[in-house]
Amino acid sequence: MTLIPTASQTVGPFFNFGLTANQALGVLAPDGAKGERIQLAFRVIDGEGEPTPGDSMIELWQADSEGRYQHPLDPQSGAADANFCGFGRLETDANGVCIFETVKPGRVDMQAPHINVTLFARGLGKPLRTRLYFEGETANAEDPVLCLIPEGRRDTLLAKPVAGHANSWAIEIHLQGEAETVFFDV
Amino acid sequence: MNKYPKTPPGTQPEYLYEGYRSSIRRAPSQPLIQIPQTLSELTGPLYGHNPIGETDNDLTKHFADPPLGERIIVAGRVLDEDGRGVPNALLEVWQANSSGRYRHSRDSHPAPLDPNFLGAGRTTTDRDGNYRFVSIKPGAYPWRNHPNAWRPAHIHFSLFGASLLSRLVTQMYFPGDPLMAIDPILHSIADEGARQRLVSSFDLSLTEPEWAMGYRFDIVLRGRAATPFEGNGR
Repeated sequence: MTLIPTASQTVGPFFNFGLTANQALGVLAPDGAKGERIQLAFRVIDGEGEPTPGDSMIELWQADSEGRYQHPLDPQSGAADANFCGFGRLETDANGVCIFETVKPGRVDMQAPHINVTLFARGLGKPLRTRLYFEGETANAEDPVLCLIPEGRRDTLLAKPVAGHANSWAIEIHLQGEAETVFFDV
Repeated sequence: MNKYPKTPPGTQPEYLYEGYRSSIRRAPSQPLIQIPQTLSELTGPLYGHNPIGETDNDLTKHFADPPLGERIIVAGRVLDEDGRGVPNALLEVWQANSSGRYRHSRDSHPAPLDPNFLGAGRTTTDRDGNYRFVSIKPGAYPWRNHPNAWRPAHIHFSLFGASLLSRLVTQMYFPGDPLMAIDPILHSIADEGARQRLVSSFDLSLTEPEWAMGYRFDIVLRGRAATPFEGNGR
């Protein structure tokens, strides 16, 4: 038997009380998680160049600091950091911003350290998928996913260090326009 | 590692659907980049990020007094593409009250709020993929997409399945609602069958006599759990 997956529908403008009431989901790495603690700031910009107010939502999924996923398909999941769950979810605020507390992920096989990003919003009938990489990481040059992206657009996936704030990284997700973020078909 | 098949053309909404006005400035304008399904996509968050409370699946019991509206039971199965039940999937639901008003600061529809209704709930599937929750039937409500626009009554569903690619957010509709024929959000899905599968069915066997009406809504998530995975996925 082969069934067709159920169609997606937009989260709409009023998901907040159903999905993002729990602010604790902004912290992927509570006390005790191993690795380099980082803060990740996202800002989501729509096609008018305006930040999306509270009607978009970002979900993160990432490996622990050693590159292991807390999931049975990862052969190393048994050794994954039990204090790190790898999942985060926040709504964007009135300025289109949300900030996660996590640890820098390790490499998963040949892949450079990256975080899987899923964006839901009013106006999006299905989520947008992208990844966040870290600017300046030498492994970026050999990452099999980054290498599939036209060179001129790779920069849209690179988080940049925030000047004056140690261990803070920032990235803008542009839904359209010159700096439109690369989104994936997986 | 086995890959998930692509979904058949037309069975998912397009990002850009001009009838749905908000999509115009939010749909990506560049083509999506095809990437392989790696361990990063084939793993995903498993349920466990916070425990389910005893009444989380009964939206009529979140306050001391019951909400106004037609009490309903919504139940069904969460399946993978091979028709196997997905166990321990987290379902989150949210909806308007029976007057068509969300308990949300940005909802300005001049319909009454119900002090006894929040409209958000959670549950998980059992080992066979079954879920069930109790609520009241949401009302239709106006929106500003086009002149005299009304959304058909619906319940929002969010699901976490076996992997990142199984993640689904959708909306469940009610049979016979005349607004479905003219709803741009529903019609952003080109395929008629795919739209029909978002419509729950009235199911007398789910009703509880002299207490609540029953609707069935089965959900299929991406994934082929029945197929053994090859190698170690690396």
